[in-house]
Amino acid sequence: MKRIDYLANPTRFMRLAAVLTPWMGWATVLLAAVGLYLAFFVAPPDYQQGESVRIMYVHVPTSWMALFCYVSMAVAAATGLIWKHPVADLVAKCTAPVGAAFCFLALLTGSLWGKPMWGTYWVWDARLTSMLILLFLYLGYIALVNAFDDPARGAKASSILVLVGVVNVPIIKFSVDWWNTLHQPASVIKMGGPSIHPTMLWPLLLMALAFTTYYVWVLMVRVRGEIIANKIRVLRLKQVHG
Amino acid sequence: MMGVFGAIVRRDLRLALRQGMDSVMVVMFFVIAVVLFSFGVGPEPNVLARIAAGVIWVSALLASMLSLERLFQIDYEDGSLELLALAPVPLEVAVVAKVTAHWLTTGLPLILAAPLLAVLLRMDGEGFGILIAVLLIGTPTLSLIGAVGAGLILGSRRGGVLLSLLILPLYIPVLIFGVGAVDAAIGGFPFKAHLLILGAFLAGSAALCPWAAAAAVRQAIE
Amino acid sequence: MDGLSEFLNMGGYAPFVWPSFGATVAIMAVLLVVSLRTLKRNQAALDALKDRENGADEA
Repeated sequence: MKRIDYLANPTRFMRLAAVLTPWMGWATVLLAAVGLYLAFFVAPPDYQQGESVRIMYVHVPTSWMALFCYVSMAVAAATGLIWKHPVADLVAKCTAPVGAAFCFLALLTGSLWGKPMWGTYWVWDARLTSMLILLFLYLGYIALVNAFDDPARGAKASSILVLVGVVNVPIIKFSVDWWNTLHQPASVIKMGGPSIHPTMLWPLLLMALAFTTYYVWVLMVRVRGEIIANKIRVLRLKQVHG
Repeated sequence: MMGVFGAIVRRDLRLALRQGMDSVMVVMFFVIAVVLFSFGVGPEPNVLARIAAGVIWVSALLASMLSLERLFQIDYEDGSLELLALAPVPLEVAVVAKVTAHWLTTGLPLILAAPLLAVLLRMDGEGFGILIAVLLIGTPTLSLIGAVGAGLILGSRRGGVLLSLLILPLYIPVLIFGVGAVDAAIGGFPFKAHLLILGAFLAGSAALCPWAAAAAVRQAIE
Repeated sequence: MDGLSEFLNMGGYAPFVWPSFGATVAIMAVLLVVSLRTLKRNQAALDALKDRENGADEA
C-alpha cells in the first residue's frame, strides 16, 4: 500500500516515469530483436503447418497482452475508485488504446494464420470470437472515457464499466465456448500442450516480454502526456479566473 | 422500504403511460425488425423456421435498448435523481424499482408480442412455450445490465449510440443461451441446463447490477 | 541469394507470415509515435503557458 501511495503523487510519478521510459524502450528493442531471431532462425517449422507456424510468435503474445492489458485496466480502475488514486485513473485510460491495439493485432494475425490452416480468413472459432468481443469491450471503454467534457467524470464512469466488463469476460468466454462446441467442430490448431518444445517456447516468452516492456514504455509516455495535459487545464482555468 | 420501492415503480409506470406510446413503439420496432429479417432472408419457410429463435432474440435485444437511454436521463435532467439519491432508502432500491418499471413497460410487451412473431416466422410449435419461458428469464437480465449502461452515459455526449456500444457486448451470453434453449427444445434435446444458466445470469445480475448502476448514478450526480 | 529468397518465401506462406509481422510492427510503431508526439506537444504547450504566466507576473 505504501508503494501505491508513493506513486499517487503525479510529480513523483513523472520523475520515476522519465527515468524508466528509455530503459523500457531499450529493453523492448533488445528483447524483440532476440525474440524475432529465435522465432525465424532457431525455431523449427511445424511438421504440419510448415513455416506458417511462425505467425504464432506474434499471434499468441498479442492475445496474451490483450487479456493482460484488460486485467491491468481493471486493477488500475479499482485502485482509482477505491483509493481515489489520480495516477491509477490515468493508467487505466492510457492502457485502453494499447490493449485495443494488441487485441486487433491478435485478431488480424489469427485471421492471417487461419487462411492457410482453415482455408478461410474467419471462422467462428471460440478463441477468435471471444477476442472479437474483447475488442468491442475495449472500444466501448475508449468511447466512454472520451465522451465527457470533464475528464474526471469520464475516468470514473469508465472505471465502473471496466469492472463490470472484467466480471463479464469469463461469462462471455464460457458462453462462446459452449456456443462454439454446439455449432463447430473443434478447431484445427492445437498447441502442443505443456510439452511445447523449448526452441518454440523461448521465442514465445521473449516476444511476450518484449510486448510487456513495450506496453510499459507506451504507458509511461501516455501517462506523462495526460499529467501534463491536466496541468495545462489547471493553469488555463487559473488564468481565466485570475 | 417496500413502500418507497412501490411508489417509484408506480410513478415510473404512470409517467410511461402518460407520455404514452412508449411500450407501443417498442413493440412496433420489435415487429418491424423481425419482418425486415424475413425480407432480408427471403420467404423460404425452412430458412425462416431455422433462424426464428435467433431473429426474435436479436430483435428483442435491440428493442429493449430503445427506451434504456431514458431510464435515468429524464430524472437526471429535472433533478429528481438527486432527490432519489438523498432519500432515506439506498439508491440501489430506487435503481431496482426503475428497472422493474422498465421491464414492465418494455420486456413484458415484447414477451406478449413474441408468439405472434414466432407464428410469422413459421417457428416449430415445440419452441413456443420455451421461447416465452426464456424471454421471461432473459429480458429482466437485459433490463438490469442495461441500467448500468444507462447510469454510465448520464451527462455524456452522444448518449444513445454510446449506450448500445457499451451494453450490446454484455448481452451476448443471454442471447447465446436464450436461442440455445429454444433450438434445443425444437430439436428434441434437453433444455433444462440452458434455463438454469439463464436463471444464474438473472440471479447474478440481480445481485451485482443494481450496485454497479447505483455507483454509476452516484458519480454522475456528484 | 538463394537462401534469402527461400527465407522470404517462408515455404509458400509468405503472404500470411510477412503481413502478420509487418502489421504488428506498423501498428505498434504508429501507437508509439503518436504517444510520443502528444507528450512533446503537451510539454511545449505547458512551457509556453508557464512562460506567459511568468511574463505576466513580471509585468
